[in-house]
Amino acid sequence: MSSILIVAISPIDRSLLDPLVEPLTRAFGPRVEVSRSQTLEGSFAFNVSRNQYGSTPLISALLDRFDDFDGRILGVTSGDLFVPVLTYVFGEAQLDGKVAVVSSHRLNDELYGLGADRKLLHLRLLKESVHELGHTFGLLHCNDYLCVMHSSTGVEEIDMKTERLCPECRGKLVSNTAG
Amino acid sequence: MANNHKALQPSILVVDDELSVRDSLSKWFKEDGYRVGTAENANRALSLMNEGPWDVMLLDIKMPGMDGLELQKRLKEIDKDALIIIITAFAAVDTAVQALKEGAFDYITKPVDPDHLTHLVQNAFRAKKLTDENWRLRQQMSELSGADEIVGESPQMQKVIDLARTVAQTDTTVMIRGESGTGKELVARTIHANSSRKYFPIITVNCGAVPETLLESELFGHEKGAFTGAQYRRKGKFEMADGGTVFLDEIGTISQKMQVQLLRVLETKQFTRVGGNEMISSDFRIICATNRDLEAAIADRSFREDLYYRLNVFTIFIPPLRERRVDIPPLVNHFVKKYAASMSKPTIDIDPEAMDLLIRNRWPGNVRELENVIERAMVLAKPPVIRPEDLPFQMSQIQEQNSPQNDLLTSWEKIHIEKVLQKMGWNITRSAEALGIDRVTLYSKISKYGLKRP
Ligand SMILES: [Zn+2]
Ligand SMILES: [Zn+2]
Repeated sequence: MSSILIVAISPIDRSLLDPLVEPLTRAFGPRVEVSRSQTLEGSFAFNVSRNQYGSTPLISALLDRFDDFDGRILGVTSGDLFVPVLTYVFGEAQLDGKVAVVSSHRLNDELYGLGADRKLLHLRLLKESVHELGHTFGLLHCNDYLCVMHSSTGVEEIDMKTERLCPECRGKLVSNTAG
Repeated sequence: MANNHKALQPSILVVDDELSVRDSLSKWFKEDGYRVGTAENANRALSLMNEGPWDVMLLDIKMPGMDGLELQKRLKEIDKDALIIIITAFAAVDTAVQALKEGAFDYITKPVDPDHLTHLVQNAFRAKKLTDENWRLRQQMSELSGADEIVGESPQMQKVIDLARTVAQTDTTVMIRGESGTGKELVARTIHANSSRKYFPIITVNCGAVPETLLESELFGHEKGAFTGAQYRRKGKFEMADGGTVFLDEIGTISQKMQVQLLRVLETKQFTRVGGNEMISSDFRIICATNRDLEAAIADRSFREDLYYRLNVFTIFIPPLRERRVDIPPLVNHFVKKYAASMSKPTIDIDPEAMDLLIRNRWPGNVRELENVIERAMVLAKPPVIRPEDLPFQMSQIQEQNSPQNDLLTSWEKIHIEKVLQKMGWNITRSAEALGIDRVTLYSKISKYGLKRP
């Protein structure tokens, strides 16, 4: 299976990145790394009137920047992401493609009037990372509410699912990456 | 989903002159498993009707050339069952209302809340009576992961399993009673897993563990701005359980105010989020559990009688472990296997003397305490066997507990708790964990037996 490079997109709380490496390795295979040298400056994708970052231009920029890289790119930002037609997205991926981006912004319990929960934040970010990377490996949404590929439009739904692929999605992942 | 299922695959046509809208909606729906078509104008949409039928069509109301209203008319002429959702900007809501009058299913304003979009599309498909199809797809889902089985060979536990399976076929509210640690949640999960709701979630709320001030928001959700710091909306457990089951553990601990609210929700299956007006409907089944004497609680007016009758429709009582000792050996084997796997240890046998101790012990913390003891023994034991010295109690204690004199149950429990407390240096959290009971129960037992820190 191809390698995965985790790339910080500013604004970013960098301490969120390293904890992703080990579980992503378990999910997708042997080579997952955080890029130490590269950070994508996200400000070009900032939309002043929406006070959010466009996820699609971020994907394009990563695609350009890592043209030579033979593997998946996971961009991680602490900024709030959107696509023009939706009020927000937790992340976006190229279906069967190379690049995925995820945001930790709305995964933070403090923004829901609850106490900060660092562990939960890490876990939610992991689930969304596995989910979006799953899309880059051609996986679609899954009906199994425990499967990480189950669609989530709220943090409550992220909390309900596990960080794992159900046997069926795992099977698809294996066959999609075999050829 | 494979393309050869084209005819079966639910489909959506997106008509919008803005490329970014077409792209993002198309991707959004593709990830959801729909077959998606896109058109940048009315003419293209009309020609795509040859690739239909499209189950749901999203039309931008304002496009150069033919606008959405006119297009809606033309599409309906071609496919009278066309289910149309209008996409509009806030400014054009009047036109959207006109579209509704002319038969549109609903409209959305850009930018749309993803959660709203998901529900709207689901409702549209439901309206198209495609639920059977969705159901079929769900049936194809692989085995649900993570379901632990009830282990128990005793006639009492066989009866519990029978009752759980029987009541699972109905939508009846179930109350599970039994001492702490007897496995009430496992029984609730068994009921859910054997019910027609099994492909929807079972949502557990431990009413005793959520602070009173948060329980309302936990159950019903809250709107943005409902209280300080609530920047975003949050859905509650009842909403999340739509289609599935809500398991309310420690139901005996909820406040009078929550009892009133709960009663109302159980009667109407409707509620509002904290700080909101929108009436939310949710289709859930209730299973609740308690180790409290609810009848006594009604007598002293700390638990509402009307709520009690609403919840206590079908009761399953799980007997304490000491009343069904034949279940101990299979449980021990089950836990040994479980922890051998999770600790990556070779299979470990149980020395007969150790098993004898396990069978004779009184287990005030029931199955959970037994599990904790096995887990600990698995850490201590030197393969290939668990020996008596790997267990946290000795025969002398057990003989004491089995002496026919005095109130042996109480005296034994007192001794046992005291021993554990001493061992844990009176660390309440760790002692409660070792005993398999919660901290509140441990505190009440400490005061009941007048135990004092040395
Ligand atoms: Zn997705
Ligand atoms: Zn899955």
